[in-house]
Amino acid sequence: MGQAHWIKKGTAMITLSCEEVRREISNYLDDDMSPRMRRLLEVHLEQCRKCAVLLDSTHNVLVLLADEHRFELPAGFSLRMRHMLAKEFEKAKS
Amino acid sequence: MQNTLVRESENDRILEGERELIAEILAGNHERYYELIAPIERRVYYTAYAILRTEADAEEVSQEAILKAFRGLRTFRGESKFSSWLLSIVGNEARMRLRRRREVSLELLKSPDNEGEYTPIELAEWREIPVEALAQKELAARLEEALAALPEIYREVLILRDIDELNIAETSAALEITVPAVKTRLLRARLMVRDYFVSRSWARHTGLRKAQP
Repeated sequence: MGQAHWIKKGTAMITLSCEEVRREISNYLDDDMSPRMRRLLEVHLEQCRKCAVLLDSTHNVLVLLADEHRFELPAGFSLRMRHMLAKEFEKAKS
Repeated sequence: MQNTLVRESENDRILEGERELIAEILAGNHERYYELIAPIERRVYYTAYAILRTEADAEEVSQEAILKAFRGLRTFRGESKFSSWLLSIVGNEARMRLRRRREVSLELLKSPDNEGEYTPIELAEWREIPVEALAQKELAARLEEALAALPEIYREVLILRDIDELNIAETSAALEITVPAVKTRLLRARLMVRDYFVSRSWARHTGLRKAQP
């Protein structure tokens, strides 16, 4: 797959195989691809339920993961860091 | 195109601001180093945490790296962002500590050297994953398990990108791997974490196991 083939209306279309789509899923989520590739991928996703579900589920798991890890810095982190630096600045002066 | 130009000039502006700030610090106005650090201390900490996975070690390594960057500020060339430079120092320090921490460990044995094609589990519907059925606490535990199940090289990249929200360039600097390697690992990591999550959620909810045809 992945080579040009002709669809009914006579327009040349390149189609992506499921494998090619899978390889690009991460880039797609990061919006890191050419507009052309993006179009091709979206055409495939409209027609291929399997790949659409793969994309959705991956995206959803990542969203859940990020939500679950609204990391806060440990309490007092910045303060301790400033303390440590203040000592260093003292040394640097002398 | 427009956006790229805007982003580039934005980038130049940031670099210029940083250069001025660094010049001042080097001239003896040390307290201004806080200003340089403040916007990125969270990313520094979580870069260390992504690699080390313990709070105490992550904090110590963050402090060491921040100190090291201060002492070596004169050697910073200013061609890249200060944040990328600092993140690469943190990544280095964290990896060094990790190596010291364990000579041989199961983790290492588990890390596959093969970064080739990965075939994700097939689902007919996202709804097959019983997210709604999972209590919040259970959901958190399943996610944590999925994250912990990832081989280290994938867990690191996933935490940096999808939890700490470092960009690709920063992730590449922090892990000292190339941009294409970040992308390859990230793809694999994302598909794997999804699969771990899916399979673990199924295992607990056998009633919702793969849809019957």
